[in-house]
Amino acid sequence: MKGKEGKGFGILVTFCAMFLFWLLLSGIFDAFHVIAGVICSAIVAFISHDLLVKGKGEKMLTKSFRFFIYIWWELWQIVLANFDVAYRVLHPKMPIDPRIIEFDTSLRSDFALVTLANSITLTPGTITILVDPEKGKFWVHAIAKKPADALLVDKTMQRKVADVYMER
Amino acid sequence: MVIIDVIVTLFLAAGIFFMFTGVIGLLRLPDFYTRLHATGKCDTLGEVLIITGLLIYHAAHYAHEAPLVPVKLIFLIVFIFLANPTATHAIMKAAYMTGVKPWKLGEERR
Repeated sequence: MKGKEGKGFGILVTFCAMFLFWLLLSGIFDAFHVIAGVICSAIVAFISHDLLVKGKGEKMLTKSFRFFIYIWWELWQIVLANFDVAYRVLHPKMPIDPRIIEFDTSLRSDFALVTLANSITLTPGTITILVDPEKGKFWVHAIAKKPADALLVDKTMQRKVADVYMER
Repeated sequence: MVIIDVIVTLFLAAGIFFMFTGVIGLLRLPDFYTRLHATGKCDTLGEVLIITGLLIYHAAHYAHEAPLVPVKLIFLIVFIFLANPTATHAIMKAAYMTGVKPWKLGEERR
């Protein structure tokens, strides 16, 4: 019974998101385009609602809110990453010492793993190579020792992502 | 209106600076993986800064003619933030799987 309700909710959320997207992209608000949008959004929502909203919607609001806060920290990290790369590239001696590191995390859900992998790629001096979703293991290429230690020793980012998705 | 043009120019200049750094990194760094560091990161911020500049310019000068264009530019920014690290990661994984050896300190550049 509950699973059915979850499915209907998922379809509704997907439909609203798709229809909003349609309206914003088309920008024409006459009857033909709006009705075509309703039909297309309904088809997409019916076929692929499970891609956007997973059945278990527990604490969805809290997670979205924490994710929203996390994005601003992440944006600042991206700016730092670019200055870091610019410094290493433009420095006459190129202070790089590349290495490949491995570490384990406590994360298991797809969203958390994708967020951490993309965050690692966007932050200073590190790029994700491989992820093992079952063990939560990451292989990361680091351009020097300092960014590698930030992931291996400090683990700030792992803690932040675990906080967002409540997976400690 | 002049002050807005100055801000827009600053955004575009910063974007071009980071894109330029990416190109220098592509040419200077020693191997495949480190070159991806330069292109994968500088491109993201460079493109986003340039699009932000265009967004401000459009919102200031043409907002009443086409009010939805800034929204589309924001969608572009979100897409770049999602797609760019994912693509970098995919290229990196492909190289690692096919056995491209990572460069170590002290080796000759390739």
